[in-house]
Amino acid sequence: MKQFLIFIRKEFAHVLRDRKTLLILFGMPVVQILIFGFALTSEVKDARIVIMDQANDPASQQIISKIEASRYFELDRVVRDHQQMKEALKRGEIRLAVIFPANFNHDLLHQHAAHLQIIADATDPNSATTLTSYINSIVQEYLADFDTTNNTSYRIVPELRFLYNPELKGAPNYVPGVMALVLMLVCVMMTAVSIVKEKETGTMEILLVSPFSPFKVIVAKAVPYLILSLINVASILLLSVFVLDLPINGSVLLLFAESMLFIITCLAIGIFISVKTNTMQVAMLISLMGMMLPTILFSGFMFPIENMPLPLQVFSNIIPAKWYYIIVKDIMIKGLGFGAIWKETLILAGTTVVMLVISLKSFKIRLS
Amino acid sequence: MRTIKFLLQKEFRQIFRNRSIMAMVIVMPIMQLLILPLAANYDVKNISIAVIDNDHSSYSQKLITKITSSGYFRLTGYDFSFKQAFKLIESDDADLILEIPQGFERNLVRENKQKLFIAVNAINGTKANLGSVYLLKVIQDFNSDVRLQFIQPVNFNQQPTIYIDSSNWYNPLLNYHAYMVPGILAILVTMIGGFLTALNIVREKEVGTIEQINVTPIKKYHFILGKLIPFWILGNVVFTLGLIVGWLVYGIIPVGSLFLMYGFVAVYLLAVLGFGLLISTFCESQQQAMFVMFFFIMIFILMGGLFTSIDSMPNWAKTVTNFNPVSYLIGVMRMIMLKGSGVENILSQLGSIALFALIFNGLAIYNYKKTS
Repeated sequence: MKQFLIFIRKEFAHVLRDRKTLLILFGMPVVQILIFGFALTSEVKDARIVIMDQANDPASQQIISKIEASRYFELDRVVRDHQQMKEALKRGEIRLAVIFPANFNHDLLHQHAAHLQIIADATDPNSATTLTSYINSIVQEYLADFDTTNNTSYRIVPELRFLYNPELKGAPNYVPGVMALVLMLVCVMMTAVSIVKEKETGTMEILLVSPFSPFKVIVAKAVPYLILSLINVASILLLSVFVLDLPINGSVLLLFAESMLFIITCLAIGIFISVKTNTMQVAMLISLMGMMLPTILFSGFMFPIENMPLPLQVFSNIIPAKWYYIIVKDIMIKGLGFGAIWKETLILAGTTVVMLVISLKSFKIRLS
Repeated sequence: MRTIKFLLQKEFRQIFRNRSIMAMVIVMPIMQLLILPLAANYDVKNISIAVIDNDHSSYSQKLITKITSSGYFRLTGYDFSFKQAFKLIESDDADLILEIPQGFERNLVRENKQKLFIAVNAINGTKANLGSVYLLKVIQDFNSDVRLQFIQPVNFNQQPTIYIDSSNWYNPLLNYHAYMVPGILAILVTMIGGFLTALNIVREKEVGTIEQINVTPIKKYHFILGKLIPFWILGNVVFTLGLIVGWLVYGIIPVGSLFLMYGFVAVYLLAVLGFGLLISTFCESQQQAMFVMFFFIMIFILMGGLFTSIDSMPNWAKTVTNFNPVSYLIGVMRMIMLKGSGVENILSQLGSIALFALIFNGLAIYNYKKTS
């Protein structure tokens, strides 16, 4: 036991000595949480637009002032001709142009029908759709005001409620994702690299000939990363509760227990990679290409999995981060209990056992 | 001049000898361009919706048919109580709940006004936003269908209406791939340029060969140029490969001038390579360089407007994106490839990138010391 503790101390010394890596390890989660929490919003707002008002009459003026008042739009300027509008679109200064044809008010009053043209920059298809629909609802609102006497007939009024995240902030979606990402990075990549480093520099040989059991060597390697990861989980949670105002709706204890499980899964994967590879470069590439990218892509926090083609959807099931992401989301945001996540927990536990068994079987205590 | 020629010869030998670099340069761009646009797809088509129909009238049936036949929605639950429908949201089987209250049809016809209740799972804001926008659109369509039944044709219409004719320029089919591919191309060029240079120099440090170079009469700028030029060429190769994949697989043909694109990428690569060099002068091991690069590229990508628009960011974040070279490249790529913007439209971006190139490379040369 004493030997074991000394080994863990040795590993800690290794980890703590490399200040730059350490800075990244603790700095990355903080920066990511801040970026995701504050900078990235899914809400489309403050979109710059131009208006080409060929009518310049009361109706067009009123609609323009309504658009100006909306927080979704920011009026860049009023242009006179098509050329200016095209230029602004091409330079990417504006996202949308609204065109009022001449006699807008006249048509509305006398023919009871007027036309309004919207030209959206659809290079970003989704924001084009969203912005067009916002203009649409502003115009509908104007019509409803316009027509107070007549009371627009047969009106369906949808009442919209956003559950869990009424302000459409990015944080509820991204915080669980960042947790999965950071744990993946610390546990898989760092563990794999640190063990392979020992192989590459030749010190593994020394460890293997010592009276210390090789299995314990590996476990001792994993312990510092386990502790680092727990610190990271705690700091991410603290940040999200106190800085991002994102409360933990479910049980904190359960969240930590599940995080612990995921950390162990990641460590097992890291050990597995290290057993199978011999150089640091390969270990790094495999953990980066094989684990990091799939985690970002297929865990579901960046891109909705159900929009992917079927083969990719099936593939996403073997990414442990996907299950952890679901677990954290369920506990933290939705406030669900263990009953909702036992399946995901079981999958993670299964992966861990399989990884550990394979690694142990193929762990060579003799050098080739 | 002769010195640089020899240095280049050495670098190219090392690059061609190293299979993993070649694999990264050839295979990674192709793989990423094949998989990423498929995965990074925010096309709205499979929004799951649970409908609680408390009315069971012909109107509510018509509305539900209209929603399911719109192509955006998938009906995953029907005729539950709200509690049951909420369970579907909790288990992620439904993204939206539409509740049609009792007396929907009767109230609509008699009282001229009727409410509908929609609840959206908003954990993923983008999806929630789009889902609700599309649902509102369908409901609005349904509403005008209903009105048409009761109101006379347009010309005799006493009800003033404004018809909105909207057109989507540059991407009329709202093809999401067309939006993602130029952005991903920008990321690829950045990754190859930044990662490879940083790793390359740090490797020389780690292996110790940099000492041998330091004791030769090679000048600082010789060394830096010798490292820059090969990776600059590799960056252009990656870019070309990416354009070919974009054309063959996604049918994206740049609207603007190819020449202009290469021109911009040429300057941009100088900036990114300079950044990689700068990082490498600070780091001692490949592991460190990798982590530091990863850290910055992560921030660059997230703050570059690849997935979320920069316009919606708060002001401080917009200021930060001004210092992010990747945001310029993503913007310019989309402008030239999709809108056909000319050189007069991208002058300010070009200026900023040139400035970045100067600063990064200047700092890198300044910071690279031949004596330790």
